[in-house]
Amino acid sequence: MDLSVEIGKLKLRNPVMTASGTFGYGEEYAEFMDLSRLGAVVVKGLSLQPKEGNPSPRIVETAGGMLNAIGLQNIGVERFIQEKLPFLTQFNTPVIVNFFGDSVEEYAKAAERLSAGEGIHGLEMNISCPNKQAEWCIFGTDPKVTFEVVSAVRKSTDLTLIVKLSPNVTDIGVMARAAEDAGADAVSLINTITGMAIDIETRMPRLANITGGLSGPAVKPVALRMVWEVYKAVKIPIIGMGGIMNGQDSIEFMLAGATAVAVGTAHFINPVASVQVIEEMENFMRGRGITHIKDLIGGLITK
Amino acid sequence: MSRYFTAEIADNRPLNNEYNLLTFSPLAPAQEPEPGQFYMISTFGKSGAQSSYEDTHDPLLKRPFSLFRKTTKGLQILFRIRGRGTAMMRELKKGSRIEVLGPLGNSYPSPPRNKTPLIIAGGIGIASLFYFAERLSRAKKKAYISYGVRSEKELFMVEELKRFAKELSISTDDGSCGERGCVTDIAGNLLSHIPALSTNCVMYACGPRKMLEAVSGMAKQRGIEAYLSMEEVMACGVGACLGCVVGTVNGYKRVCKEGPVFNGQEIVW
Repeated sequence: MDLSVEIGKLKLRNPVMTASGTFGYGEEYAEFMDLSRLGAVVVKGLSLQPKEGNPSPRIVETAGGMLNAIGLQNIGVERFIQEKLPFLTQFNTPVIVNFFGDSVEEYAKAAERLSAGEGIHGLEMNISCPNKQAEWCIFGTDPKVTFEVVSAVRKSTDLTLIVKLSPNVTDIGVMARAAEDAGADAVSLINTITGMAIDIETRMPRLANITGGLSGPAVKPVALRMVWEVYKAVKIPIIGMGGIMNGQDSIEFMLAGATAVAVGTAHFINPVASVQVIEEMENFMRGRGITHIKDLIGGLITK
Repeated sequence: MSRYFTAEIADNRPLNNEYNLLTFSPLAPAQEPEPGQFYMISTFGKSGAQSSYEDTHDPLLKRPFSLFRKTTKGLQILFRIRGRGTAMMRELKKGSRIEVLGPLGNSYPSPPRNKTPLIIAGGIGIASLFYFAERLSRAKKKAYISYGVRSEKELFMVEELKRFAKELSISTDDGSCGERGCVTDIAGNLLSHIPALSTNCVMYACGPRKMLEAVSGMAKQRGIEAYLSMEEVMACGVGACLGCVVGTVNGYKRVCKEGPVFNGQEIVW
C-alpha cells in the first residue's frame, strides 16, 4: 500500500500533517506519539519578533466546535530556530514552519531567515492576519494583496511554499489562483472561520477579543466545499483541513481534491488523533483494495 | 505509563444538586499524581459500543478537573455542575469508560521545614487542596485550613479535613455554619492571632479569582509566600493551544503547563 504524496519538493510518507496552532512546536505531543509516523509536522505560527497574544478568555467551546482568539502568540523566529527546531529535527519527518507578518517586508524577511539554516523543509504562510500598510485589512481577503505578498515571499525562499487561505472571503478560488500565480507550490485550507459567542447573562462576549476563529467538526462541511472549489480553480496541490476527526473525514477531503490533509482541533480531544487518522486511512484503503492513496485525490463522482 | 488512558467509572455520587464526587479507575498503570495536578476528562462515557456523542462530537473538548483525592477505588474529582459538559458528567454510570489525560500541570510545592502551611479554600477550590492537606497530614506537617463557602450545603468532607488539619476554620457567606464572612478575612485573623502563622507561614489557595487576588494582596502586605491554583478555560491541557494563559510579571503563562500553581507575586491582577 502506498500512502506517499508530493507537495512541492516534499515527498511525504503519508498525507497526514498537523495543523498549525494545534500542535505547539511538536514537543508537547511527542510523549503521546512517534512524530516519525506523521506525513509532516506543521508548527505554531511564527513572526520575526515574539508576540504576546490576547488576554484570556482566549477560547470557548461552541456547538461541535470551538472559537479561539490566541492572538498569534509565539516565541519568534530566532528562539524557535535556537530552542525548538533541534528537537524536531531528530525525527525523520519534514518540518513545515507556519509564519506570518504585518507587512510585505516582514513576511519576506521571516521567510528569508527561516530558509537560511538546516532542518526546515517547507514554509506555510498564514495570510489571515492584518496588514499594517493597508489599515490593518486582512492580507488574504484581497487577491491583489495576496499576489503581492506571496510574490515577495517566493523571491525570498527556495523551500516548498504553502499558502494558507482564509475562508472569510466571497470566492476562495480567486484567492487560490492569486497564490498560484505568485508562485506558491501549494495551498492549504481552511484557516478558522471568524465567529463569536455571547454570554446572555452578562451580555459580554465570551472571548476577551470579542471575535475568534471557529474550528472543529462544526466547520467541516464548509471546509470540504471550499477544497472542492479550489480544486477546480488551481493546478497546485491542496492541503485540506477543517474539523477532521478521523480517517473517514480525511478521505472525504481527498475525494474533494486534497492531496494531503491536516489534523488540528482533534488533537485537543485526543492527543494521538493524527496517528489514528493515518491508521484509519490505511484500513479504508485495505478494505477496498486501494493500493495508491493518490488514486483518491479529486475522486468525487458527480453526475 | 501513558498520560492518555482509558478509565472505568468506579463511582459517581451527587453530594447535593450542584456537586458530584466522581471516582475513576485507570485500566492500565497510570502515572502517580501530585497534589495540585489535574486531569482532562471526556464528558461522556462508553459502555462497549461507540457512544453517539463520539459521532456528533458535541460536547467536543475534555474538561479539566483537579485531583481531589486518591482512594483504593481510584482517582477522585469533585466537580460542580456548570454547563452542558458537567451536566452530562453527572450522568456517567458505574462501569462506563472515559478517556483521561493526566496527571497534568505542576503541583503545590512542599512547605519549607521551618514554615507552617496555611491552606485557604474558597468553594469548589477545596477540590484542588484536599489531597494536599491529606498529604501534609501524612507527612506530619499538618496545615491550618481556612475553608469558606456560600452556605452550609456546599461544605464537603469536613470530618476528614478536621483530621488532616492542625486547625480547621469554617466560614460561610450566610452564616449557616462556622463564622459568617469571607474566607480571606478569616485567614487574615488566623495570620494575626496564631503565633506559628504570624511569624513563619506559607499560604496555599484555590478559589474564585477575586479571592485569590485578596490572598495575593494579603501575602504581599505581610511578606508571606502564597501559592495560588489558577483557573482558565482550557482546550488541550498539554501546552499546545495557548488557550489558558494568565497574565504574569513575565508575560502570559499557560495554566496547564507553567501552572496551575503560581506564586502569588507573579500574577498580574
